[in-house]
Amino acid sequence: MLSTSLIVLIPLLPVLTFVLIALVGKKYFPSFCGVLGTLSLLAAFILAATVAYDYFFVVGKVGGVYQQIIPFKMTWLQFSPNVAIDMGILLDPISVMMILIVTFVSLMVHFYSLGYMKGEDRYATYYGFLGLFTFSMLGLVLSSNIFQIYIFWELVGLSSYLLIGFYFDKPSAVAAAKKAFIVTRFADLGFLVGILILSFYAGTLDFQTLILRLTTPTDQLHNIATASFLGCSALTWGLVLVFIGGAGKSAMFPLHIWLPDAMEGPTPVSALIHAATMVVAGVFLVARLFPVYAISCPPALDVVMWVGAASSFIAAVIACTQTDIKRVLAYSTMSQIGYMMFSLGVSRYGGENGLGYMASMFHLFTHAMFKALLFLCAGAVIHYTHSNEMKDMGGLRKLMPVTHLTFLIACLAIAGIPPFAGFFSKEEILQAAFNSNKAIFGIAIITAAITAFYMFRLYFNIFWNKPYHAHTGNHDSHHGEAPGTMLIPLILLGIMSVCAGFIPFGKLVTSDGHALLTEFHPTFSIAPVLLASLGIFIAWSFYKKQSPAPRRMADGLKGLYTAAYHKFYIDEIYLFITKKVIFNLVGRPAAWFDRNIVDGFMNLLATITEKISFLIKRMQSGKVQSYAAYFFVGVIGFVLLFIYWWT
Amino acid sequence: MNDIGLFHFLFVSCALFFIGVYGFLTRRNLITMLMSVELILNSVNINFIAFNKFLYADKLDGLFFTIFIITIAAAEAAVAIAIIINLYRNHKTIDVEEVDAMKY
Repeated sequence: MLSTSLIVLIPLLPVLTFVLIALVGKKYFPSFCGVLGTLSLLAAFILAATVAYDYFFVVGKVGGVYQQIIPFKMTWLQFSPNVAIDMGILLDPISVMMILIVTFVSLMVHFYSLGYMKGEDRYATYYGFLGLFTFSMLGLVLSSNIFQIYIFWELVGLSSYLLIGFYFDKPSAVAAAKKAFIVTRFADLGFLVGILILSFYAGTLDFQTLILRLTTPTDQLHNIATASFLGCSALTWGLVLVFIGGAGKSAMFPLHIWLPDAMEGPTPVSALIHAATMVVAGVFLVARLFPVYAISCPPALDVVMWVGAASSFIAAVIACTQTDIKRVLAYSTMSQIGYMMFSLGVSRYGGENGLGYMASMFHLFTHAMFKALLFLCAGAVIHYTHSNEMKDMGGLRKLMPVTHLTFLIACLAIAGIPPFAGFFSKEEILQAAFNSNKAIFGIAIITAAITAFYMFRLYFNIFWNKPYHAHTGNHDSHHGEAPGTMLIPLILLGIMSVCAGFIPFGKLVTSDGHALLTEFHPTFSIAPVLLASLGIFIAWSFYKKQSPAPRRMADGLKGLYTAAYHKFYIDEIYLFITKKVIFNLVGRPAAWFDRNIVDGFMNLLATITEKISFLIKRMQSGKVQSYAAYFFVGVIGFVLLFIYWWT
Repeated sequence: MNDIGLFHFLFVSCALFFIGVYGFLTRRNLITMLMSVELILNSVNINFIAFNKFLYADKLDGLFFTIFIITIAAAEAAVAIAIIINLYRNHKTIDVEEVDAMKY
């Protein structure tokens, strides 16, 4: 049975660990902090699994429909009798699924880091930050209130900032952390305005009430749909602005520029935050407000769809040209999140139309597993070779058999080869796209082929290609693959990547809570699988052995290749806009105004005061008798004044 | 005209007051300045007594004030002389012109 205190404990355990590590652990038992964090996460995972079991199979379903349950709610800030910010927990299929993903991946990462981060100077701090992040992420997915989600949204942004900048003595890491923070903050501004618009018209911050009021024909819905601004209704504006917030966090084009740089953080962090959990927060947010999008404002959903599809395709193209293995994975993450986004975008509410929603959540789940696995494998490879660059790798398959096998599984999963997890979720997405929008379907299927190509390009470059030889002089090439603490998470996630596809998601997570019967169409999946296999085959022929083919190909597509290699110059465009346009047109005049007008006024006041005091300071001569004379004259003056008044 | 009236008293008191003020403002020696202050206080005393006698002969308020002022003057003299002695110890002078360290 769902017990309130146990559910509350799920997010509280990591934050307690964080507080404990920060206050005493760092100082008194730094080397034990890792075990402490891992144990606490293990407990949280077990609780989350219990809650998930109870929710999905015992109490969640009433009359064949999954209910939203609020086991805990308290008023946190009461502004007025009608306006209050609550802190609560909302259990519904997606939040239960998310706590399961977050605690599981976080547990794997905690466990993996025991080996990966061993011997780091700030080992205890690292585990403290991980705890803080896990807490914030769990708080985010469990939020029952749109303002609460915003608070935790910022908290995950903060923990992401702290962890990207973990190696703060590296200037690039500091720059990456700042970039991630500023870009997401910029997007969060949209989110905040969106929250204000939606909650102003709906008259509530509470998710359930808000969704109810904005999806059924009420006064609120009428008002928000008729209030117009720049040709769009307030509802469209609110939802699009909320989506901008989500797009910033989820690295959607054109706000994706922070994600590749965020790979400066420790690799397990990339696995946890920048692959499996935090970056899907945007997808989660759209899914959370999905009824409002789908029922009341399909145009906003079209925006989600096109942005998702564009991001997915652009990121896939860029990923083909990158040489830093973590950056390839970062772009692949962006591409897969694009998949989830447009899958939500093509979906509608309820029944068969909700296929895209279900597929998106399904893909979120399977992606969390295989992408975390890919990152952790990449971490193991980096641990072994001490390099992020593909050219320093090659021929590692004999040296790192477990990593090789699990990486291969993950690659097959992401490429969508049956029977691995990604196949099932991707098929659902493609089917949803096929049913509603053929153009999106076209983009999606091409992206799927490119995905297979660049993932296997990565795979062959790391594990095949040329024989491995140590590159750095002091590298001890005889040290083993990786410690067991790093291999066990790989194996567990590998098993998940194989099996996760067989979970009957349509019965568990759907847009309206009703079970959705998904049919498996073998004929439909032939084309995507063939295209993916083609991608793998090309990668195989290019990169299995060192060959001149990739070079020739790159030269043949020179313009495209260079543009993709430079990430389509989006960073440069941003720099141009900020440095050349905004700094010159806004920054400099504002600075001039500040220096000359604002400061000038203050300086003027100070100067006047100084001058006057300089003039009259002679009065304070230190001579007692002159003071007495002033006093006497003053008294005489008063006497004369009073005599004048009274007579 | 041989009667001594209120005006005579007031004249004496007024003269005494201004002599005191003049002394306080012009004399450089702190002891002399203290004496001038005593003159001012005593001119006030005379005022009180005179008004009490000529205007409210059946009351004693003016007398009380006078006695009170004499007490205060005694205490004040004690404090002032203590200050003067300390000043002398620190500056080796009791000339007020010399003691002007407390200024801008």
